[in-house]
Amino acid sequence: MSAATTTAQAHPVVHGEGSGIWSWITTVDHKRIGILYFLTSFFFFFLGGLEALLIRIQLMRPENAFISAETYNQMFTMHGTTMVFLVAMPMAVAFFNYLVPLQIGARDVAFPRLNALSYWIFLLGGLYLNSSFIFGSAPNTSWVGYANLTSLQYTPGRNVEFWIIGLSILGVSSILGGVNFITTILNLRAPGMKLMRMPLFTWMTLVTSFLLITALPVIAVALIILGFDRFFGANFFEVTAGGDPILWQHLFWLFGHPEVYILILPAFGIISDVIPTFSKKPLFGYPVVVYAGILIGFIGWGVWSHHMFTVGLGPIADSFFVASTMIIAIPTGIKIFNWLATMWGGALRFPTPMLFAVGLVAVFTVGGLSGVMHASAPVDLQQHDSYFVVAHFHYVLVGGALMGLFSGLYFWFPKVTGRMMSETLGKWHFWTFLIGFNLTFFPMHFAGLFGMPRRTWTYLADLNLETWNQLSTVGAFIFGASSLLLMWNLFYSVKRGEKAPPNPWGAGTLEWSLPSPPRHYNFPALPRVRSREPLWDDEEREEVEAVTLADPVHEPLMPSPSFWPVVVALGVALTWILLMTHIWWMPLLGLAFTAVAVFGWAFQPAFR
Amino acid sequence: MAHAATAAHDDHHYTSTGLSNWKVGFWTFIGSESLFFATLISTYMVYKGRSVTGPYPEEILDIPLTTISTFVLLMSSLAMVLALDGVQRGNRKLSLVWLGTVILLGAVFLGFQVYEFNHFVGQGLTIGTNVFGSSFYVLTGFHGAHVAVGIIWLSTLWILAFRNKLPAADAMKVEIAGLYWHFVDVVWIVIFTLVYLIQ
Repeated sequence: MSAATTTAQAHPVVHGEGSGIWSWITTVDHKRIGILYFLTSFFFFFLGGLEALLIRIQLMRPENAFISAETYNQMFTMHGTTMVFLVAMPMAVAFFNYLVPLQIGARDVAFPRLNALSYWIFLLGGLYLNSSFIFGSAPNTSWVGYANLTSLQYTPGRNVEFWIIGLSILGVSSILGGVNFITTILNLRAPGMKLMRMPLFTWMTLVTSFLLITALPVIAVALIILGFDRFFGANFFEVTAGGDPILWQHLFWLFGHPEVYILILPAFGIISDVIPTFSKKPLFGYPVVVYAGILIGFIGWGVWSHHMFTVGLGPIADSFFVASTMIIAIPTGIKIFNWLATMWGGALRFPTPMLFAVGLVAVFTVGGLSGVMHASAPVDLQQHDSYFVVAHFHYVLVGGALMGLFSGLYFWFPKVTGRMMSETLGKWHFWTFLIGFNLTFFPMHFAGLFGMPRRTWTYLADLNLETWNQLSTVGAFIFGASSLLLMWNLFYSVKRGEKAPPNPWGAGTLEWSLPSPPRHYNFPALPRVRSREPLWDDEEREEVEAVTLADPVHEPLMPSPSFWPVVVALGVALTWILLMTHIWWMPLLGLAFTAVAVFGWAFQPAFR
Repeated sequence: MAHAATAAHDDHHYTSTGLSNWKVGFWTFIGSESLFFATLISTYMVYKGRSVTGPYPEEILDIPLTTISTFVLLMSSLAMVLALDGVQRGNRKLSLVWLGTVILLGAVFLGFQVYEFNHFVGQGLTIGTNVFGSSFYVLTGFHGAHVAVGIIWLSTLWILAFRNKLPAADAMKVEIAGLYWHFVDVVWIVIFTLVYLIQ
């Protein structure tokens, strides 16, 4: 053990060989790719937050003119699109990348170069989407982009083109990622790591990956046919030719609702690993939590039209979706009770990761309750497109997804960097987050019920909505400040944090048997796992650590770095972006470029 | 104790399911592709009979002609099975003949499609004519693009085989390409049934 720890400490940066920029560009190491995913999504988190603050300043006073209506449209569209596609999803993927191989006892993901490709496509897609600001034509038709507002007739500028192309590029990245993680989890588990022994985070990654590969193709088609309308004059959403704008809503929400679970299930997975650790108890009802997660994944496919109660689909369809939406609350409730039962009678500790985990259980439940309220169609008719809905989904996505991701960040930071995060700053971050968050979003329930519509640039003084909006704006700035505390904590702790031992929290799962940070090959040899918490049984822990902390006889052969993923990613992005020339054969150039790069990739051996 | 904890199968080819990563990964990808085509096909079905101007499907779709091209594509799947068998046996000649047959039949199918598209445009059906034109061209066009990708992929394998670089040990490469090819065929059977046969 001491030998291994020394090795790890001798090279603080042990993620793969080399440390230059080129080594990061060509890396295929899942740990480095995980770090890249995190840093990129963290950057976009601040960008999306800035957009939110501009929205909040604009709404602080009635009939305010701080930003123009057009800018406002771009802000809420980009805020939603950024937070969903460039923050919540990729930040979860950062965790998938770093942790899944470590949790199941693998040296890397199943397709390391494909993994790098997913990252580079994501980065290019995100940068491209935001480059629209430079041209002053950022997407402005909201993150749901309802037809036929997105038609050439109603939005003639480039705004919608940026949105269609940006999301299409990002979709490719997500599908490839999903394929990679399903294969990794099914195929690369260490001996003895049966499915029902996997840590909950890995389980939820598996369910999320299935949702990714099934839901993303649906929005891909929606975007493609919208693209055909705009670029090639097709009639999919052209009412005068028989096209039906409602089809867009069906396709979008057929993707959009599974997407909600894509965002929340990773967070559920994270806190299902965090809560047992700080309760010193195995997760209560492990199989039930797993099955509840799978059930959420399935039922999540049958609730999409609850976003469309106001469309007028008829009483039969509405009743069906009311029922299915209420049913999905059951597996979600099961999970909440399991977390509570895990804490019940446990030896509880409350360091920052646990604070965020418990915070999630409390705050997400509030969002869940308002969700059950507008699951009822008649109630939804009152609340639809009001700030009540804005309050609801921020409670589940910020109070749920983001708090879960932050819990995971504090929890696994020592594993990734070999240093602890500052607890003092962490607690400040948590409490300012909690206060700022609730102050921002709780008043929105009232603003919504009193008639404040979503996506509207300003409001009249007579509506008496000013107080609620001012509370939200103050809250938003506290929330923003709390995010700066987190950033400072990350910077500070990477450099000056206390040195972390392999298992600083006394957790039970496999990743904590490795040195912090793990060596680039993760496991010198594959350990044999006999239970769900191999590190909580003294005998099994010694067996596992004899393998995981040992120095290898021969250093394991790892996949070689490759620059082809970056080149292929450029090709994929280029193919889509060249559509903007409106010359039909231009994308074919991008396609040819991609094809050449794919051949370069295919004929480069993975191990050299 | 320590030896018990070390895995017996500590090498690159060890997988928990016993299936190769390529196979699991590619089946997963096919699952994703199924949703892609299911959505395109659903879009076509939703817009069936919604066109406000002609040409309408019943005036323009040529069932006998497409039956021939469908038969050609289905036969290419048979050739694909024989090609994989040839590669698995390490028989270069059989590999080349049958891979070549798949490529040829795939190209003939695409030829039919190019003819069909040209013919339809000549009859006044473009992507912008009506919702039938939009949904028909996008659906069958994406299928055709998949066939084209398959042809490029199989041609690469043919060149490898020609240069004696496709030994029986590499049969997995052909098997994966075969999975793709059969999938594209199955999608066509659905399209042929729903678009051409049941109007």
